Amino acid sequence: MQAQEPLTILIAEDSAADRLLLSTIVRRQGHQVLTAANGAEAVETFKEQQPDLVLMDALMPVMDGFEAARQIKALAGEALVPIIFLTSLTESEALARCLEAGGDDFLAKPYNQVILAAKIKAMDRLRRLQATVLQQRDLIARHHDYLLNEQRVAKAVFDKVAHSGCLSAPNIRYLQSPYALFNGDLLLAAYTPAGDMHVMLGDFTGHGLPAAVGAMPLAEVFYGMTAKGYGLTETLREMNAKLKRILPVDMFCCATLLCLSFQSRSVEVWNGGMPDGYLHRMASGERVPLPARHLPLGILSAQAFDDRTDVYPMAVDDRVFLLSDGVIDTCDANDQLFGVERLQQVFAANREPDRLFEDIERALRDFRGQARDDVSMVEVSLLESLQAHGAAPIYSDSGQSSPLYWSASFEFRGATLRRFNPLPFLLQLLLEVHGLRPQSGALYSVLAELYSNALEHGVLGLDSGLKRDATGFARYYEMRAARLEALQDGFVRVHLQVQPQGEGGQLVIRVEDSGKGFDVARIMERPLDNVRLSGRGISLIRQLGRNASWSDQGRSASVEFFWEIEA
Amino acid sequence: MTNPHVDREVLDTLREVMEDGYTELLETFLADSQSRLHELQDSTSVKVLSDVAHSFKGSASNMGAVRLAELCQDLESNAKDKSPEALAQLVADIHSEFAEVRPLYESEKHHAHIH
Repeated sequence: MQAQEPLTILIAEDSAADRLLLSTIVRRQGHQVLTAANGAEAVETFKEQQPDLVLMDALMPVMDGFEAARQIKALAGEALVPIIFLTSLTESEALARCLEAGGDDFLAKPYNQVILAAKIKAMDRLRRLQATVLQQRDLIARHHDYLLNEQRVAKAVFDKVAHSGCLSAPNIRYLQSPYALFNGDLLLAAYTPAGDMHVMLGDFTGHGLPAAVGAMPLAEVFYGMTAKGYGLTETLREMNAKLKRILPVDMFCCATLLCLSFQSRSVEVWNGGMPDGYLHRMASGERVPLPARHLPLGILSAQAFDDRTDVYPMAVDDRVFLLSDGVIDTCDANDQLFGVERLQQVFAANREPDRLFEDIERALRDFRGQARDDVSMVEVSLLESLQAHGAAPIYSDSGQSSPLYWSASFEFRGATLRRFNPLPFLLQLLLEVHGLRPQSGALYSVLAELYSNALEHGVLGLDSGLKRDATGFARYYEMRAARLEALQDGFVRVHLQVQPQGEGGQLVIRVEDSGKGFDVARIMERPLDNVRLSGRGISLIRQLGRNASWSDQGRSASVEFFWEIEA
Repeated sequence: MTNPHVDREVLDTLREVMEDGYTELLETFLADSQSRLHELQDSTSVKVLSDVAHSFKGSASNMGAVRLAELCQDLESNAKDKSPEALAQLVADIHSEFAEVRPLYESEKHHAHIH
């Protein structure tokens, strides 16, 4: 049994003989003794000397033990100063008064030394326990403050990275808690050089900084590649590889990625582990589910990763709705999940599409009465105007070494066509010419159109006429994937020629393919229009570039761009 | 021989605990008891009688004066119910009980010196 540590004990007792006896007993047990003859003296002595424990007689003159106990407890504050009442009171009512006044125990008269020693020991153990609890509480509070501060700093850095995007575009509506980042929720959006929009809703495993820290490299990849003109598939491969490399084995990121194209009136979708998204077709009222067909990012090796996307037709008023699992997983008091059925009910009951978020939020509140802070939702529609572009990229060179008189030819053959997207590289090359930079959007759109035509209609022999309805759309992309997979021969050639002209210069782009060609005259007779659902996007090429022409029975397309040096 | 008025075992323990302070304890007890007896004599308030009896009871029991403690308990609990005559009788009983045990405590002081 451990020896009792010496304590400073205050004895408040009005009977002189009893006080003397008790002091002697307590001193003999190894403690330091302070005495008081009434309640008021007891309180004063307590204030001055801060004893560890008090033996308090109940009935004393001037101030009784009850009042003295109340005052001493108040002075002690959070710390525990045990008060043992000395009493020959026997009625339980009187004993109850002792406890109400803050007493922790009683000692009956006549004093029994053994019992007194045992009580002092027990009370002291409680006293030290309380002291430890307070110490640890303060330590925890300090650590909590450190953590919060670290999160603030991380969030500030992340906001700089994340807000290089276009979440504020007019066709995007979203709902996210300000600290969603620390629940692993991530929402990114950016324009491609062609004016399409990439959107990503992600959900990292874990909470706090571990969940947030993966978001930064991921956002950098997303924004960097999107700005350069890479498509969803290349961006997905890069993001997956990066996360697989940098995240610990048990961490990953569920994500849904979208590419919305006003030009082709379509939305390309990749869902890895997220809840179903929904494509809401306004004309029919139908909500097409966009389920997860892939594993989340950061799990599979590059060889095993599946970057296949699904493409759906999308009309101008249609909307894509994505949500994080915070919505589905919201629990009520009985641990029932909100679930997909209730979400479907909200969809069904929703009369005004613009009020969808409010309807869902209300349904969640009614269900649980308490908001979760990992509920993220985003709704995207197709943007009418081609002009809505983000900030122009910032170039770091001065233009002294801008190449003004050169040509380059590339031939992409067979199996290369399956996986390699040369467009970002070709665009970067062209943007070395300063005069072309203001037209980077148009350049990319035209290049993409020419290349896509050459590959899909030329080499793969796909008929764009298939894309006139939803079934045809699906069939078209199925065939595209199948033919691409089976491709052995065939080529696409790209020729670029830049030469000075007057105060500026001229760029000629020619793209050739190994396909069967098409009836150029017939297509050219069609009126110019913006929609590229069928036809060969020829309108777009003719609108954005100059002197567009087709030769070699449609297998070779040529278009020019000009620029003037501003004075 | 067991004494019905004073528990000798209590005195033995007190002597052992107090050591050199035993005499001082006895003297303090005797002096306190005297003043308490005066208070009981002079007071007619039921509350005062009850409080003094309570206090006296405590000391008496600590000092092993069991019969004295019992009488004080009686006065403390029943002061409000007793008639003035009954109260006076009880106070007188306490006086005589103290007179009975006093010599024993006095002689204890001498024993302390001898030991």
